[in-house]
Amino acid sequence: MSTNMSNRMINLLVPAIAVILGLLVGAIVMLVSGYDPVAGYIALWQGIFGDSYAIGETIRQITPYILAGLAVAFAFRTGLFNIGVEGQLIVGWFAAVYVGAAFDLPKVIHLPLSILAGAAAGALWAFLPGLLKAKMKIHEVIVTIMMNYIALHVVNALIKTWSGGGDKTERILESASLRSEFLSSLTDYSRLHYGIIVALLMVVVMWFILEKTTTGFELKAVGFNEHASQYAGMKIGKNIILSMVISGAFAGLAGAMEGLGTFGNMYTRGGFTGIGFDGIAVALLGANTPLGVIFGAVLFGSLKYGALNMPNAAQIPEEVVQIVIALVIFFVACGYAIRLFLTKMSKKKGEK
Amino acid sequence: MEYVIEMLNIRKEFGNFVANDNITLQLRKGEIHALLGENGAGKSTLMNVLFGLYQPDGGEIRVRGNKADITDPNVANKLGIGMVHQHFMLVENFTVTENIILGNEPKKNGTVNVAGAAKKVAELSKQYGLNVDPNAKIEDISVGMQQRVEILKTLYRGADILIFDEPTASLTPQEISELIGIMKKLIAEGKSIILITHKLQEIMDVSDRVTVIRKGKGIGTVETADTNPEQLASMMVGRQVTFKTEKGPAHPKEEVLKIDGLTVEDSRGISKVKNLSLTIRKGEIVGIAGIDGNGQSELIEAITGLRKAQSGKILINGKDITNRKPREITESGIGHIPQDRHKHGLVLDFPIGHNIGLQTYYRPPYSKGGIMDYSAIEKKAKDIIAQYDVRTQGPHEPARALSGGNQQKAIIGREVERDPDLLIAALPTRGLDVGAIEFIHRRLIEQRDSGKAVLLVSFELDEVMNVSDRIAVIYDGSIIDTVYPSETDEQELGLLMAGHSRQAAARQAEEGVNKHVE
Repeated sequence: MSTNMSNRMINLLVPAIAVILGLLVGAIVMLVSGYDPVAGYIALWQGIFGDSYAIGETIRQITPYILAGLAVAFAFRTGLFNIGVEGQLIVGWFAAVYVGAAFDLPKVIHLPLSILAGAAAGALWAFLPGLLKAKMKIHEVIVTIMMNYIALHVVNALIKTWSGGGDKTERILESASLRSEFLSSLTDYSRLHYGIIVALLMVVVMWFILEKTTTGFELKAVGFNEHASQYAGMKIGKNIILSMVISGAFAGLAGAMEGLGTFGNMYTRGGFTGIGFDGIAVALLGANTPLGVIFGAVLFGSLKYGALNMPNAAQIPEEVVQIVIALVIFFVACGYAIRLFLTKMSKKKGEK
Repeated sequence: MEYVIEMLNIRKEFGNFVANDNITLQLRKGEIHALLGENGAGKSTLMNVLFGLYQPDGGEIRVRGNKADITDPNVANKLGIGMVHQHFMLVENFTVTENIILGNEPKKNGTVNVAGAAKKVAELSKQYGLNVDPNAKIEDISVGMQQRVEILKTLYRGADILIFDEPTASLTPQEISELIGIMKKLIAEGKSIILITHKLQEIMDVSDRVTVIRKGKGIGTVETADTNPEQLASMMVGRQVTFKTEKGPAHPKEEVLKIDGLTVEDSRGISKVKNLSLTIRKGEIVGIAGIDGNGQSELIEAITGLRKAQSGKILINGKDITNRKPREITESGIGHIPQDRHKHGLVLDFPIGHNIGLQTYYRPPYSKGGIMDYSAIEKKAKDIIAQYDVRTQGPHEPARALSGGNQQKAIIGREVERDPDLLIAALPTRGLDVGAIEFIHRRLIEQRDSGKAVLLVSFELDEVMNVSDRIAVIYDGSIIDTVYPSETDEQELGLLMAGHSRQAAARQAEEGVNKHVE
């Protein structure tokens, strides 16, 4: 009984202590660099929760992180390491914007079709590494990394061709937009859009696939032990490809949310968005569970967005801000070490 | 009598579970003391207490007469206690010496003095007749040799009390007899040994005294000279154990499995099964006897669809299943207890309940319209757990947490409950204790008696002799002879397995007898 109680305590304490430690070390970094940590953290707080506009923007920022985190977590759960979320996100973004701009359809068809286009593009981009892994045992990490560069430059080229040499696509039609007057007015005209609903829906979808469906049972079994799964009559190759396709669809949706919700178009990019790579950390912070991914995405999204306020409101340079944010995430990722420390502490107490 | 280790009334609890219930074990100087118990009886827990990995909840430990408080393995090391683990703790791409000094590297001018250590390792190896090359890489040496490295590691650190945890589990018979020689040599040099095992013959061969524990309780300590395997087995299991499972005569009926001219290559393209033919009928157990590596694994993999057959035919109930998908073959009426239960038999990270559903999860009532009904799987799992005496906390416990015998019982339950016409059992009792072995043999015979066919592959001669109704001897990928257990003996079987024809075997056996007479 008593051990259960302390376990529950530890589960609550670990993330709290992690964040506090991260903030403390961050404060030291700010002090040493000659900036006021109190002002810095007030600015961070204001940036995240300060007013309804900040809250709206924070939630908007969290949306693609949830989807990118789901993409990585889903692949992880089935024994695959999808580093290609970034590339899948980029092609998803482009495909969603293309369908959103090039067709003129009623909203009930146009919006779902554009979202699906994003998911399908991401799925297709992940299908290739899945196929190569299943048929030729080529490791998915290498292929997905390379596919990221291909995605980035192919999409840049497509945007240039489409726009006749320009650096941005046409804007999507209103009928394909995720923008919401209601959500926007609720949050003091932030860019908050319906994407958050799509993202939360996908959290349920991932949970449902893994925990409720027969396909999920197979995917997990193959992820844990390919040999036993094959012996039990499961088709290994099919499951590897399917896992990558589902993972890629989540990633493509993350891009679609950016394209149809936040930006309404797409610019040529000099480099990656970073969301896909941060998705790896989001998934790991969330222990690759659907609910955990929400936690990881909230942490990432709010820190990233809130930090934008620190240079303005507290005159702390961008570079120092990034160090502070990285420290907080670092300490959360060290949750295991903190847990170990707490367990030892409580054990010692118990012995005495 | 002088004791080097005294563990007095040791108690260790995990929650409500009492792993060690006031167990006493006293090790005399210079003896080999066997610690005997079934899987899960608490042997490892007791040794982990001695080695400082667990703290006891009661009792005391005395080392050379002085009360000792062993708080962690470093304390145990300082007291001269060394452990030779069952699963070796070696870095594959390091040399023998590097592994031995790991964590305790001798320094010279700020660098690691590997050469000096290698010299010391070589001396120790010579002193105890271990014959280990200090500069060989671990990945290049045999399992038996790796174990000697583990022994050297403890000696290098000055241990004079050695704990061997199931040391023969992964060794060949040749390596086992060498290990026994090494243990005797260690004793001659003044060391004392605790040998953890559930193999009775080993205990009779090497130990001086035996302490038996059962379900966490100490049953007693006996002199090896005053006991016998039967007595030890009943002390360990708590009831009379029959080494030879009772069974009536077989009543073979229609053909279930027919293999005709089967040839199978291994992954390197070398033929391992060569033009093999075999039939098995309902109501009989056919044992495949043979030395490891004569094509047994490839044969089973080909039957079960895990490996492609190059030529030949496999028929089950008259239906051609050659090179079909594993699932189609399973559904044609084959159950399979795989050779490697961790690799092929179980998803270790899944709950044991899911593992029990691993062959049927896709069918109603477990899956309807693509949606799982986990409560139906759980219900079935509970039935099998009860019926097959799988000792577990319940269907939610990860398969990894179960002992080998209980994992195997779960697999057998899963396969038998599917009601296959042919049950393939590959090394079904490997690594299990006598109680579990008896249970499994009885289940195989029950299958036969209910009119099923059983194909048993085993490297253990007495298992093949006791359980089979007919023995097919496999040598170099072919069945070279078929014999009946009542008409053969282990000696003839051994010669057949080595590739001699029956006539030659008979002649040689006779010569052997004559030699004896002379």
